[in-house]
Amino acid sequence: MLQIPCPWCGIRDESEFSYGGEAHITRPINSEELSDDEWADYLFMRKNTRGAFLEQWQHAQGCRRWFNVQRDTVSYKISASYKVGDLPPQEMLNDK
Amino acid sequence: MSKYSIFSLAKQAINYHEGWEKVWRNPEPKKHYDVIIIGGGGHGLATAYYLAKNHGITNVAVLEKGYIGGGNTGRNTTIVRSNYLWDESAHLYEKSLKLWENLSQDLNFNVMFSQRGVYNLGHSLQDMRDIQRRVNANRLNGIDGEIVEADELKRRIPILNTSSQSRYPVLGASFQPRAGTARHDAVAWGFARGADSFGVDIIQQCEVSGFIRENDQIVGVETNRGNIGAGKVGIVVAGNSSVLADMAGFRLPVTSHPLQALVSEPIKPVLDTVVMSNAVHGYISQSDKGDLVVGAGIDSYNGYGQRGSYTVIENALAAIKELFPVFSRVRMNRQWGGIVDTTPDACPIIGQSPVKGVYINCGWGTGGFKATPGSGYVFAHTLAKGQPHELNQAFSLQRFSTGSLIDEHGAAGVAH
Repeated sequence: MLQIPCPWCGIRDESEFSYGGEAHITRPINSEELSDDEWADYLFMRKNTRGAFLEQWQHAQGCRRWFNVQRDTVSYKISASYKVGDLPPQEMLNDK
Repeated sequence: MSKYSIFSLAKQAINYHEGWEKVWRNPEPKKHYDVIIIGGGGHGLATAYYLAKNHGITNVAVLEKGYIGGGNTGRNTTIVRSNYLWDESAHLYEKSLKLWENLSQDLNFNVMFSQRGVYNLGHSLQDMRDIQRRVNANRLNGIDGEIVEADELKRRIPILNTSSQSRYPVLGASFQPRAGTARHDAVAWGFARGADSFGVDIIQQCEVSGFIRENDQIVGVETNRGNIGAGKVGIVVAGNSSVLADMAGFRLPVTSHPLQALVSEPIKPVLDTVVMSNAVHGYISQSDKGDLVVGAGIDSYNGYGQRGSYTVIENALAAIKELFPVFSRVRMNRQWGGIVDTTPDACPIIGQSPVKGVYINCGWGTGGFKATPGSGYVFAHTLAKGQPHELNQAFSLQRFSTGSLIDEHGAAGVAH
């Protein structure tokens, strides 16, 4: 079981959390100008990185707040967690 | 390739079984192939087999980074069924089931396909309505199915807890009599042997690290055993689909998750069918060796690590124990995870990729094993003709742009 550091509540067991997939996906503002392919890209296409990955978690059975985590998808090691709106760790900025 | 039969067995027995020939060759990669298939799992090997058998294309290589059948083909719970709700998926999986029914004869290799039936349990009135809808849809599509009430279910599976006091009351089930299980390794080996006999090169320990481009077209692959040219490239790598798509230069709506399964110590025959429950995310059957084979739901998070979290198997086992109290003292022997490639509509993606020369077969999620022959059959057609077979036309990558998704979430009788 993962031990996930909630920025508000500290380290808790994974079973208290629900998963939100890839982080930093922003809804396009000019949605009426997008082509079907561009809209599909926003809706469905995902990075699905093998390695260091930025993802969203919600502390569903705790403070119920969303936050972001940097986790390695092979070793499952969590190296950072930060609040929504904050910048990811320096080395991940290009990946955002 | 020598044919397996009672006579070849007797002949080899005289020589103490020391004269059996290798089941497939171990060739060095050639400079160029008409078709390269990346991924030596069941689906990739089946694709190679049908390319050679149905389309006469034999200058084919299957590249496998580990050993064949060592990924999800060797990690699933071996269930085969075709009771899907929507026409598109029902036809595709039913084609696969029809191929399963004759596969041992076709391959001259015993894949131990056992049509012991599959039950999908209903635990609420809504579950039962969904089951009625699905069974009706199946029968309209020519797929066998029946609705079994709780009393009859208790008679057929005496160890199932159908008490109204149960944590997950069982109101009934759908039943597909032609469904069942098969021997997972044998499927990979049988297709490998069949493909090899047509001259297909199966190259193991050969990992693809990049693609070779000419103008806009992919014309080969870079591997740890050198560059290999290709007329067409088919990607059939399940959990690693996004990694290969990224190398080729296109995006997929796929996320990779661990899916866990476990087997118990072997016990005497106690369960002669397959029982699945969508609501409690557990399914169970008994292998020919006697072990109980238990499958769980997927782990929620993205992962490539071929292992998952303990909470998921704890939930699955708790549910199995509620449904089958008699198993409460059975000890579990082994537990593992495979990496499944899930899509937003729980349906596969089979067809051309946006990159010229590259074809993709992925997104089978938690239910790829049952589709092995059918997947190979339609993907071979797609590679050979350069356009999809009518059975996989609806499963193109473009459906995510056009919006014609095939929503099989839960409709297939089990959680995806």
